[in-house]
Amino acid sequence: MAKNEIKYLTAIKQEKPKKKFCRFKKYGIKYVDYKDVEFLKKFINEQGKMLPRRLSGNSLKYQRKVGDAIKKARQMALLPYVTDLLK
Amino acid sequence: MNHYELMIIFTPVLSEDDFKSAQKKYTDFVTEHGGTIVHSNPWGLKSLAYPIQKKTTGIYWVLEYTATPDFNEKFKIQMLRDEQIMRHMISKLDKNAVEYNEVKRNGGFKVTEKMEG
Repeated sequence: MAKNEIKYLTAIKQEKPKKKFCRFKKYGIKYVDYKDVEFLKKFINEQGKMLPRRLSGNSLKYQRKVGDAIKKARQMALLPYVTDLLK
Repeated sequence: MNHYELMIIFTPVLSEDDFKSAQKKYTDFVTEHGGTIVHSNPWGLKSLAYPIQKKTTGIYWVLEYTATPDFNEKFKIQMLRDEQIMRHMISKLDKNAVEYNEVKRNGGFKVTEKMEG
């Protein structure tokens, strides 16, 4: 064992958690299409519920648009209202 | 004149010819009332995410058109009267949406960017 090795009682955090970003702003997507089901599935969980901004990282403007698109897709039976094991 | 997008779910019992004639009926209805058809896209038979009227499949049809704002009320009445239609939705398209649909029609889209993260 090396002499000047420092040991901590609790492990210190090595890396910071990755900063979340709004993918719409970053990639310049201006319109959320309700027909694109595979894309909308990124913003819902296994039960078909919408993810909060805390988790998705969307800005408020685009979170609203995502919400509208998901609700439209649900109306037209492209996405389920309630389900299990969606993904 | 505004841009609109219509999505209809027809009953799955419709035959191919019935589906074509229904499409023609509604496109004619739009053009008769001074609208223009931008694009018509029949998706065909698709399974529904949940049953509608005890049916698990439906025939989807997406129509993009321009029309005057007062036209849609008349159009909705026509569709509600039609027993072949299980569900319909008209959504207004803003300029970003029109641009998006046009790019998507012409094939090229930055899919790889979307898939990240």
